[in-house]
Amino acid sequence: MRYVTPRKAAVGLGASHTGTEHHWWMTVSSAALALLTPSFLMVMGTALQLPERADILLYFTRPYPAIVVAIFMTLGMMHFIKGSRIMIDDYLEHTARKVAIIGFSIFGWAVIAFTLFALARIQLAFAQAI
Amino acid sequence: MADVNRGNRPLSPHLQVYQLPLAAITSIVNRAAGQAMVAGLLLLAFWLLGAAAGGGLWDWADWLTRSWFGFLVLLGSCWALWYHFLAGIRHFFYDAGEGLEIETARMTSIAIIAGSVILTLLSLIIYWI
Repeated sequence: MRYVTPRKAAVGLGASHTGTEHHWWMTVSSAALALLTPSFLMVMGTALQLPERADILLYFTRPYPAIVVAIFMTLGMMHFIKGSRIMIDDYLEHTARKVAIIGFSIFGWAVIAFTLFALARIQLAFAQAI
Repeated sequence: MADVNRGNRPLSPHLQVYQLPLAAITSIVNRAAGQAMVAGLLLLAFWLLGAAAGGGLWDWADWLTRSWFGFLVLLGSCWALWYHFLAGIRHFFYDAGEGLEIETARMTSIAIIAGSVILTLLSLIIYWI
């Protein structure tokens, strides 16, 4: 049994019922992404300069490029899903809103899955070769 | 309503005729930039997937990424990323209650626009050399 009144339990949570949780999550993830942005651009820029597929695979077997890309893409697309939610809530209603939330989530997680699968496969191919 | 003397008063602004201040425009563009940069991230994810898979998928993904179309998508996303980066940093200050004065917000808007172009050109120069 919780010894709080219903009012006390609801204060500060607002219409979302989750208070400032979403905003704070966006703040924390944006700080992390801001710190990672220069590294991510340097890594992808370096990779795009490499002429052969073998060079690109070898480059991403190194821990630094692989980890930077994995974190940036995962956190970036999660930031995208949660950030888009605000846009969806602003512009869409009812069924369209629900469909959009589901659609953006599927798309975002698909991009994360593709990236992590690709990186994992590159690591495994490298492990087999040595 | 017949002729009513409304006096020499200013008309109340209507949303459709209200000229958005620069800070409002840069705030809306920040939202658009967050969406737009995903085009570049999607292309890079596809490129990585192609590299991992090899074969025909790699040929196609690499051709697309290194084509002029791919270059434009990546360059546009690079600008959108830097814009979102700078506007996001401004949001930290907004959240802390700083920089909300009209003139300050106008100045930071100009700084975001100029800064995003400069950082994109800088990224391009570093990429080329």
